[in-house]
Amino acid sequence: MNLEYHQAVIIGGGPAGLAAAIRLREKGVEDVVVLEREGQTGGILRQCIHDGFGLTRFGESLSGPEYAQRFVDEAQRLGIPCLTDTTVLRLDADRTVTASGPAGLRHIRGDAVLLTMGCRERTRGALAIPGSRPAGIWTAGVAQEYINLRNRMVGREVVILGSGDIGMIMARRLTLEGAHVKGVYEVQPYPSGLPRNIEQCLNDYSIPLHLSHTVTDIHGRARLEGVTISRVDERFRPIPGTEERVDCDTLILSVGLIPAGDIANGSGLAVDGRTRGAFVDEHYQTSIPGVFAAGNVLHVHDLVDFVSLEAEALADAAAEYLRNGALPPCPLAVRAGDNVGHVLPQHISGTRDFTLSLRVSRPLKKATLTVRQNGREVLRRVLAKALPAEMLQLSVKAERLDTSGDLEVSVS
Amino acid sequence: MTRTFTCIVCPNGCEITAEYDGARVGAITGATCPKGEDYVRQELTDPRRTIATSVPVDGGGLPLVSVRLNRPIPKKDIFRVMEAVNAVRLQAPVSIGQVVLADVCGLGADVIVTKNVPRA
Repeated sequence: MNLEYHQAVIIGGGPAGLAAAIRLREKGVEDVVVLEREGQTGGILRQCIHDGFGLTRFGESLSGPEYAQRFVDEAQRLGIPCLTDTTVLRLDADRTVTASGPAGLRHIRGDAVLLTMGCRERTRGALAIPGSRPAGIWTAGVAQEYINLRNRMVGREVVILGSGDIGMIMARRLTLEGAHVKGVYEVQPYPSGLPRNIEQCLNDYSIPLHLSHTVTDIHGRARLEGVTISRVDERFRPIPGTEERVDCDTLILSVGLIPAGDIANGSGLAVDGRTRGAFVDEHYQTSIPGVFAAGNVLHVHDLVDFVSLEAEALADAAAEYLRNGALPPCPLAVRAGDNVGHVLPQHISGTRDFTLSLRVSRPLKKATLTVRQNGREVLRRVLAKALPAEMLQLSVKAERLDTSGDLEVSVS
Repeated sequence: MTRTFTCIVCPNGCEITAEYDGARVGAITGATCPKGEDYVRQELTDPRRTIATSVPVDGGGLPLVSVRLNRPIPKKDIFRVMEAVNAVRLQAPVSIGQVVLADVCGLGADVIVTKNVPRA
């Protein structure tokens, strides 16, 4: 086996991977290589043509392709090698990456390996919707790719299941392209996307949002002809007698995103059942020393700006790891308490400042976020509102922490 | 009369309440930054939006190039602008920032390219 070596091997050339690569170079790590499955870098942003990206990272509102291009240009200026059309097949615990590309199969070992592969969409299979299997059922991201990259319209009479941000953005996009979006149906009693998208993507175009509803049957043989919609109870069970048929030729699914870390499955990398991404410490280091993760492969973010910023923080830590051969141990656990869906990092040193990321598990108004250690309040933050759609981030100062004792994060 | 808005300026999505008698905007509460107040004032008197879409491009590696407005236009003119943009067809190469339609429909906004499509 011909084994290549690099200081840093970055898997995924989207907004996380490129931001990390650039920052590593800035920190003096010269030997960086980016592996990208697609024919070009930039990731999913290439098809996210709406604006609103970059407000935090660049202080202006950009479209997805423009946001991505800033990183693509900078990576190019720095001469960072990006191997495109190169699919990583597996990662092993010795930090060897097996990749298939134009030059055939390659085995690349990194002193550090950075996982920045992003996330993928939940599909109809994950929901187990009964009914026939006609054409015309798409995940929101696939419909977005067809319309925005391939110039293929997906349908005319549209129902959207799930109120994720991509689904709402596609509701607007389809409407602008002349389709009739009949409604968005959400199984939860609250929306799963951001309030601004409900306003500018649904309300602006008089597209109704039906909470506590789901699709319970699919009709049509060759092409979708309609769906059955049912109201659900508080445990998401369809309520008999509430069924209503809605005729449509297209069903768009916007029912959640899952970190796409599958290539690490054989490596023994420890995965958090809550985020479905890796367990990491405050340095974004996973359970395998020298393997780091950030961005949507770690936990699904609400905004790309935070993906880039997290990847840059990862790169700072990875550069320190490469310089010193190790990072400070992180023996203290961080746990999700009341009303917290998940929390990151799951382990900390207790000796350094760190960034805490979390999502609440239900919408709360006038909430108080509390971080406790050894029965003592480390941090308290009053929030006007806290929504599951929004990622919360706050920095925790080392001077407030004890060097022993686990942390619990709760919102009430 | 009191009206409540979800601000769309940034992802915070502040819930902002404003007094409005049909002519004059009164007290505005709930905005966590001055942009939110401006948004509500604009929304009450002359609601505006930017839009993003794509246009066909010949001779490039991609069939489409994405475009957007560089400033907001009145909400009621969105579909009129879409019609104007839909009549456009470009020739590669095109690059980010290139103006496709200047002062589209006389509304003071330009349609600009948001993706580089080199000649194939």
